[in-house]
Amino acid sequence: METILILLTGFLFTCGFYLMLRRNFTRLLIGILFISQAANLVILVVPGLGPGFSPIVPDGATRPLEGHPDPLPQALILTAIVIGFGVIAFAIVLLKKAYHGLKTDDLDRLKETDS
Amino acid sequence: MEWYLMGMVAIIAGAMVWPLLAKRHAVWAGWLSAIAPIGIFCWLLTQTKNVANEVLPTWTAEWVPQMGISLDFRLDGPGLLLSMLITGIGALILIYGGGYLKGSPQAAPFFAFVQLFMLAMLGVASADHLLVLFIFWELTSLASYLLIGLSHSELAARKAALRALLVTGTGGLALLAGILILGSVGGTYSLAELQTKGDLIRSSPMYLGIFVLVILGAFTKSAQIPFHFWLPDAMAAPTPVSAYLHSATMVKAGVFLLAKFYPILGGVPIWHDTLTVIGGVTMLLGGILALAQTDLKKLLAYSTMSALGTLVMLLGIGTDLAVKAAMVFLVVHALYKAPLFMIAGVVDKATGTRNVTLLQGLGKRMPLLGIAAALAAFSMSGLPPFVGFIGKELLYEAEIHAGHYSLLITCLGFAANAINVTVALKVGISPFRNRGELPDINPKARKPSLLIGPLILALAGALIGLFPWLLGEGLINAAVRDIVSQPVDSDLKLWHGFSLLLVISAVTVVVGVVLYIFRDRVRAMVGLVLQKIPKKSSDIFDWGLARLIEGAGMSTRFFQHGNLRLYLVVVLICLSSLITASLVSTGFAGMPQSGPVRFVPVGISLLMVMAGIAAIRSRSTVMAVLAMGGIGYGVALLFALFGAPDLALTQVLVETLTLVLFALVMRQLPPIQAYSSTRRRATDLGIALTAGVALTIALLAVRGATIPDAERISAEMATRSLPEANGKNVVNVILVDFRALDTMGEICVLAIAAIGVAGLLLGSGRRNVQAELAIATPLFRTAVSWMTPLLIFMSIVLLFRGHNEPGGGFIGGLVAGAGLVLRRLASADRPPDAGRQPFLYMAAGIITALVSTLPAVFLQRTFMEGVWIGSLWLPIVGKTKFGTPFLFDIGVYLVVAGVCLLILTRLIRGETLKEATHH
Repeated sequence: METILILLTGFLFTCGFYLMLRRNFTRLLIGILFISQAANLVILVVPGLGPGFSPIVPDGATRPLEGHPDPLPQALILTAIVIGFGVIAFAIVLLKKAYHGLKTDDLDRLKETDS
Repeated sequence: MEWYLMGMVAIIAGAMVWPLLAKRHAVWAGWLSAIAPIGIFCWLLTQTKNVANEVLPTWTAEWVPQMGISLDFRLDGPGLLLSMLITGIGALILIYGGGYLKGSPQAAPFFAFVQLFMLAMLGVASADHLLVLFIFWELTSLASYLLIGLSHSELAARKAALRALLVTGTGGLALLAGILILGSVGGTYSLAELQTKGDLIRSSPMYLGIFVLVILGAFTKSAQIPFHFWLPDAMAAPTPVSAYLHSATMVKAGVFLLAKFYPILGGVPIWHDTLTVIGGVTMLLGGILALAQTDLKKLLAYSTMSALGTLVMLLGIGTDLAVKAAMVFLVVHALYKAPLFMIAGVVDKATGTRNVTLLQGLGKRMPLLGIAAALAAFSMSGLPPFVGFIGKELLYEAEIHAGHYSLLITCLGFAANAINVTVALKVGISPFRNRGELPDINPKARKPSLLIGPLILALAGALIGLFPWLLGEGLINAAVRDIVSQPVDSDLKLWHGFSLLLVISAVTVVVGVVLYIFRDRVRAMVGLVLQKIPKKSSDIFDWGLARLIEGAGMSTRFFQHGNLRLYLVVVLICLSSLITASLVSTGFAGMPQSGPVRFVPVGISLLMVMAGIAAIRSRSTVMAVLAMGGIGYGVALLFALFGAPDLALTQVLVETLTLVLFALVMRQLPPIQAYSSTRRRATDLGIALTAGVALTIALLAVRGATIPDAERISAEMATRSLPEANGKNVVNVILVDFRALDTMGEICVLAIAAIGVAGLLLGSGRRNVQAELAIATPLFRTAVSWMTPLLIFMSIVLLFRGHNEPGGGFIGGLVAGAGLVLRRLASADRPPDAGRQPFLYMAAGIITALVSTLPAVFLQRTFMEGVWIGSLWLPIVGKTKFGTPFLFDIGVYLVVAGVCLLILTRLIRGETLKEATHH
C-alpha cells in the first residue's frame, strides 16, 4: 500500500511542479497547494501506514495498541496543515491585490513591476 | 581585577547616561564622565608593584563553556601600560571633549561613542582569551567608524569613516582567521598559555599563515604601509576623537597586538624582516608626507603614522633594547601627540583655521596654551630634559645595536627624527610666535576644560623627563619582561654622559631646525615629488571597492533575475541531478517493503489522479479550484483510513476554509489564459516529470531505509503519553506537551501570517452597509442564530476532549473560527471586519500559551514541561485531567480561532465593498 501511495504523491508532486511552472498566478497557487498536500501525505506514508486504528490509548491500557501508526509524523502534519492554511490565505490575498493593482495575472509581467 | 571590570561597567553605563546630560551641559558631562576612567587609572597605579613582581591581576567567568570560550581577563605589563594610557588620556579627552563640543549636536553621540570605544580598548588591553580579545578589537573599529563619521552630514566624513571601517574591518577578519588557526595549532585560545607555547607555533607548518593573517590585522589597525591611507582621512573626526583614537590609543592597538604576539610568533627571520622593513618604510614615508602638509591635524596625522612605523620597526628588531625603546616611545609619543592634537583643536576653535602658514602670534593671546604647546613640542623634538629625549636616546641606542643593517636603520631613524623636530616646531611653536599683528581670538576657545588636558600631559612629559623613575622601572620593565619572556632590569636615565648618542641627537635637532627654516621650499619640493606618483594606495583601494560593488551587482542580477519560472527550473533540475547522482553512486535498493493493498484507498488514489489531471488541463478557474479541493478531501480520506483522525478532521476543516477563500476571490480573477507556447508547455512537462520521477524514486528509497518502529523516538512518546502526560491521544500530547515549543512557534507564525493578510487588505475602502445587508438575508440570519452557538459549543467539546480523543486546540479553533465568522456575517449592525476582536483573540491565545509555561519555570523544571493540577468530571467529555498543557491548548485554540476570524472577515469585507462599487 505504501508503494502505491508514494507513487500517488509522486504524481501530485509532478502536477504541482508543472502548475508552478505556469505563468498564471492562479495556477502557481494551485501548484503550491498540490505540493503541500503531497508533502503532508509523504510524511504520513514514508514511516509506514498502520492497520487502520489511531495512536490513541484504549481505555484500561497504558499505551496504544501494538502496531499503531507513528504519532510523531501526525503531529508534524497537523501543524503543517494549519500553517499551510495561513500561507495559502496570504498568497490568495496577495494574488487578489496583485491582480487589482497591476491588472495582470501573468507572472512574467509581474516581474517587470518588481522594484 | 574586579575594580577594573567594574570600571568598565561604569564606563558603559556612562555611555548611556552622560549623552543625555551632554545635550544641554556638555562641559559638565565631560567632567563627570571622567570620574570612571580616573578611578580605573588610580587602581592601575596601585597595581604597578604587583605587575612588576609578576603578580598579574586576573579574572575569569564562563561564557560559552560548550565551545570553551570564557571571559578571561589578565593584566600583564603591556596591558597595564596601555590601560593607563587609555584611562589617563581618556579622562582628559572627555573633559576636553565636553568643552570642545559644547552646544554642538555632536556632543551627545561623542560621549556615547567615545566611552564605548574606551570600554572596547580596555577589553583589548586586558582580554586573555583570543576570541574575547577579537570581539573588543572589532568593537574599537566600529567605535572609530562612528566617531569619524560624527559629522555625518558631510560626504567626506562619511567616506573617511567607511574607508577606515573597511580597512580595519578587513584586517579584523584576517586577524580572526589567524586567531582560529593559532587556536587550533596551539590547542588553546588563552594568550597566556600560547605565550608559553611559542616554539610549538613557530615550528608548525601553519606558522606562515598565522603570521600573515595576524600582521594583516595589526598593520591595518596601526596604519602601516600600504594600509596607511585611512589614517589621514580619519582626521575628518572632531579633534578630541583624533587626539584620542587616532594618535594615542586605537592605532596603538596594532602595535600592542604585535607586542602580545611577540612571544608566540616573534624571533623568526620573517617576523624580523617584515616588521623592520614595513615599519621602517612607514616611518620614513609618514615623515616625508608630513613635510608636504600645512593643516595642523594632517601634519600630526602623518607624524603619527611615522611614529607607528617606528614602533613596528622596533618590535621587528626585537632585541631587549628595541622592545624597551618601543615601550618607552609608546608612552612618550602619547604624552606629546595627544596634547598637540588638543592644542590644534583649540587653535582651530580660536582662529577658525588650522593652516600653519596663516597662524601666528597666539602666544601673546593664549599664554598658557602656548606654554603647553612649547613643552609638548620640545618633548617631540627630543630635547632634554623632556621625556622625548629619553625616548629618542633609547631609539638611537636600539637602532645602532639592531644587528643586521643597523647603519641603514639608524639613518632611516635619523631622517624620521629630524622630520619630527620640524613637525614639532611647525605645530607647537610656529602658531604661537609673534610676527606682528595679533590675531582675534574667539572667546569660546578660552575654557579651562580645553586647557587642562594639554597642560597636564605636557607637564607630565617634562616631569617624567626630569624624574624618569616616575614612569617607573617597574612599569616599563614589566612590559618588556612580558614581551621578551625574560626578566629585564635596567633604569631609565636622562643623562648618559657625553657619547655618540648625544652627538647624533644634537645633529638631529640641528637638521630639524634647518628643515623648519626652509619649510616652504621643502614643502614645495616634496609636493612636486608626490605629484609624480601616479597611483596612491587610496586610489587603488577606491578602484578595488568600486569594482567589488560592480561585481556584486552583476552576480546579483545574474542569480536574482526575478523570473520565478527560471528559479523553479534551476531548483528542479538540481533536485533531479542530485537524486540521479546519488542513485548512480549507491544503486537502487529495490522496491521497499509495503503493507497489504486495500481496495478503498486505491480507489481514492485513482480519483485523486483524475482530479490532478483535471487541475492541469482545465482553463476554468472554478474547475481548477474544485479539482484542488478534490485532492484535499482525498488526502483527508486517506488520513482517516490510515489511523489519523486528528489529521482528517483538520484537513477537512482547512480544505473547506481554503475553498471559501478561493470562492471569495475567484469571481474577480480572469479565466486562466494560455500564456505559454505549446513547446514551452512540453518542456515544462518534461522538467516536471523528470523531477517528479526522481523524487518518487528518492521517496521509495527513503521508505526502504526507515528504521523499525521500536527504535523511533515516537515509540518512547507513545509509551510515556498516558503515564507521564495524562493524555490518551498521543498526537495531541506531542503537540501540547512533548513538542510544545514547536507548537508555540507555529501559532506565532500563524498569527503573523494572519496579520500579514490583514495588512495587505488594509485600506480596501469604506464599509458598505447595503452590501452587507445583501449577504445577511433573513433566512441566513435565522440559520446562523442556531448555527453559531452550536459550532462554538462543538468547538469547546473538541478542545476539551482533545487530550484523550481526536480533537484539540487546532481543530476546535478552526470550528470556533467558522462559527464566529458566520455570526459576523449575519449581523448587519456590527462591523463585519470584526474590528480589533480577532487581534484580541490572537493576543489572548499567545499570552495564555506563554502563561502556561510559567509554572514549570517557577518549579525549576524543564521549560514547557507539563505541570498537572487535578482532574474534573465534565459532561459529554468525561473525566479530564487539568494541567498546563491543557492551558496551552486553550492558547492554541484562541489563536487559531482569531486567525480564521481575521482572514475571513477581512476578505469578506473587501468583497462586499467590491460588490457595492459594481452596482
